[in-house]
Amino acid sequence: MVKRCKGFVFALATAALIMILAGPVWAQKVELQFWHGLAQPLGGLLEKIAADFSASQDKYHVNATFKGSYPDTMVAAIAAYRAGNAPHIVQMFEVGTATMMAAREAIKPLHEMMRESGVPFDPRAYIPAVRGYYSLPDGRMMSMPFNSSTAVMFYNKDAFRKAGLDPEKPPRTWAELRAAAQRIRAANAANVGFTTSWPTWTQFEQFSAIHDTPLASKANGMEGMDAVLMINSPLHVRHVQMLMDMQKEGSFKYGGRDSQADALFPSGEAAIIHGSSGLRARIVREAKFDWGVAMLPFYDDVKGAPKNSIIGGASFWTMTAPKRTAEEYRGVVEFFRFISQPDVVSKWHMETGFLPITFGGFERTQAQGYYRANPGTDIPYRQLTRTEPSENSRGLRLGNMPEIRTIIQEELEKALQGQQTAQQALDSAVARGNVVLRTFERVNR
Amino acid sequence: MKRRVIFNNKLLPYLLLAPQLAITLVFFFWPAFQAIYQSVLMQDPFGLRSQFVWFDNFTVALSNPLYLESVKRTFLFAFSVTAIAMTSALLLAFLADKQIRGAGVYKVLLIWPYAVAPAVAAVLWLFIFHPSIGFLGRFLREIGVLWDYKLNGGQAMLLVILASSWKQVSYNFLFFLAALQSIPKSVLEAASIDGASSRRRFWTIVFPLISPTSFFLLVVNMVYSFFDTFGVIHALTGGGPAKATETLIYKVYSDGVLHLDLGGSSAQSVILMIIVIGLTAIQFRFIERKVHY
Repeated sequence: MVKRCKGFVFALATAALIMILAGPVWAQKVELQFWHGLAQPLGGLLEKIAADFSASQDKYHVNATFKGSYPDTMVAAIAAYRAGNAPHIVQMFEVGTATMMAAREAIKPLHEMMRESGVPFDPRAYIPAVRGYYSLPDGRMMSMPFNSSTAVMFYNKDAFRKAGLDPEKPPRTWAELRAAAQRIRAANAANVGFTTSWPTWTQFEQFSAIHDTPLASKANGMEGMDAVLMINSPLHVRHVQMLMDMQKEGSFKYGGRDSQADALFPSGEAAIIHGSSGLRARIVREAKFDWGVAMLPFYDDVKGAPKNSIIGGASFWTMTAPKRTAEEYRGVVEFFRFISQPDVVSKWHMETGFLPITFGGFERTQAQGYYRANPGTDIPYRQLTRTEPSENSRGLRLGNMPEIRTIIQEELEKALQGQQTAQQALDSAVARGNVVLRTFERVNR
Repeated sequence: MKRRVIFNNKLLPYLLLAPQLAITLVFFFWPAFQAIYQSVLMQDPFGLRSQFVWFDNFTVALSNPLYLESVKRTFLFAFSVTAIAMTSALLLAFLADKQIRGAGVYKVLLIWPYAVAPAVAAVLWLFIFHPSIGFLGRFLREIGVLWDYKLNGGQAMLLVILASSWKQVSYNFLFFLAALQSIPKSVLEAASIDGASSRRRFWTIVFPLISPTSFFLLVVNMVYSFFDTFGVIHALTGGGPAKATETLIYKVYSDGVLHLDLGGSSAQSVILMIIVIGLTAIQFRFIERKVHY
């Protein structure tokens, strides 16, 4: 009896194994692995797009899998590559761009894939600030842009009214922002006048681009791995000093690293916040007050300001693996073509709050009357496209950028705690950041 | 009569040992050798280009003031955790060893925290001490203490020390209780008859008699606070604010996994490996010989 049972189990296991092995043949579709780092609800919307693509034709099937946060996804993809088992497509956050580009053998550049497949592809369909971030200096695109955001300013109109400020006139310059934050505190219209999310991204990366000031040499690292940080310039020092002064007078509050400060705005705690354009969805859901969106402020005595802002978010990289076939790359090309259609771009933009990354996507959204029905939703796009990017506002490409972001936050925290001056903080951030850059250069030479 | 081994087969002992040896080789020796190998290389994250750099990674780590601060911080952390976890466990064991009603229940309750996973333990502490959602954290702020471990490094350190010690008290408690119970009652009774007070009995009889256990626990606790506290730190503070709770093991993680510097991270883990080998050697050589009944 026991023996017969065992035999039965064995037969069942064999059958299951044959089915697994024969699966792809039976489905007759080329299976493409796609790893992404978007949690719910965004991840679900992305998986829906992949499913739509798989259903739209009968040659390829894209299997979208959530692999944890962006850094987790990156580590997982790298480990898989080392094991000879990399996914076809991986979603990589913008600060991982330099790392991916340096790994020449591990990636299949977008321009190369498009050329080999013969599929017509025009990079000019993408808005310049997006295109530039993922292109080589000569304009060849390396990865497929997808979910991009930029930093904007959200402000509490009720608090503005209470403080006697015009709710339809958000501050345009840093001087106006400081005055508004002071008024808000004096009238006790909110507990915090001004705070910022993503301190490095908004107050250094975006700040430098908007003021047409280099964050690092070599066009922010785009033109060579031997770039050095330049954030201890007089303008950067002046800005950190102003944040320190504002903190001292009580009009600015440091809300923590990365996205930790996000919570301060929808709860009504802070009247003005600089954050990702993607924060909009949460504010719509949670805020119980009248609010508005505006472009990031600038110092009006700086020549060339305001330039366009830069992007954040992620792009899709094609990875290589032993035995990967031309047919599989062809499938990736088809998938990329599918996701860059104006309809898909526009739908993703409206559903998620990420930017419309192509001109076609923006026009499609506009034609549907979305911007008239939802005032302020076009601000990120307008800020990003208001000027032609200069070499300081095309984006950045610095090795180990996640670590550099942390270093800048740490030094800023120390300055805000009164342990060092603005100049000391930025000198120290430059010195520590350059060590990171040199290590990256040495490793990838 | 000559004593004989039951099995004459020369191969059998090795076969019986094989599974355990295989596990040790695959899960302990192989990664350890990998770490040593990686520590003399400079490699990009994808493993595409590597250079042999001798001991550059070690020089870089050891000449980095941030690393040296982390070493100091780790020793402060380890000594604090060990001191708190051992003294409170000894006190509890001493009390539980007395003839009291429901001693069994106390003992079981005291052993419970050992079964809690580090990350879960951290979340429990978070619910107590978080400045805005923790009930004690909120209470502290209400009575005027500027409690905010997310911005105050000293408070963050205090919190991870307390949470890590709490996790280890149960383990120490078990060993101390066993040690206390193995002390011959006759010795204690003789001392009582001679008129020694409870305190004096403790310091002159009990404490010397449990010293082998204490030294064993000292080493185990040091190793625990060096390595096993990663989960607590990761879930509570993530090494922050401004590196205030970044111990050596946490730095290995952030440099290797987050910042993808495999060589530097491996060099640091080799340094940690040497520290542990040192601690173990001390335990075997020094303690086993010097501590006698």
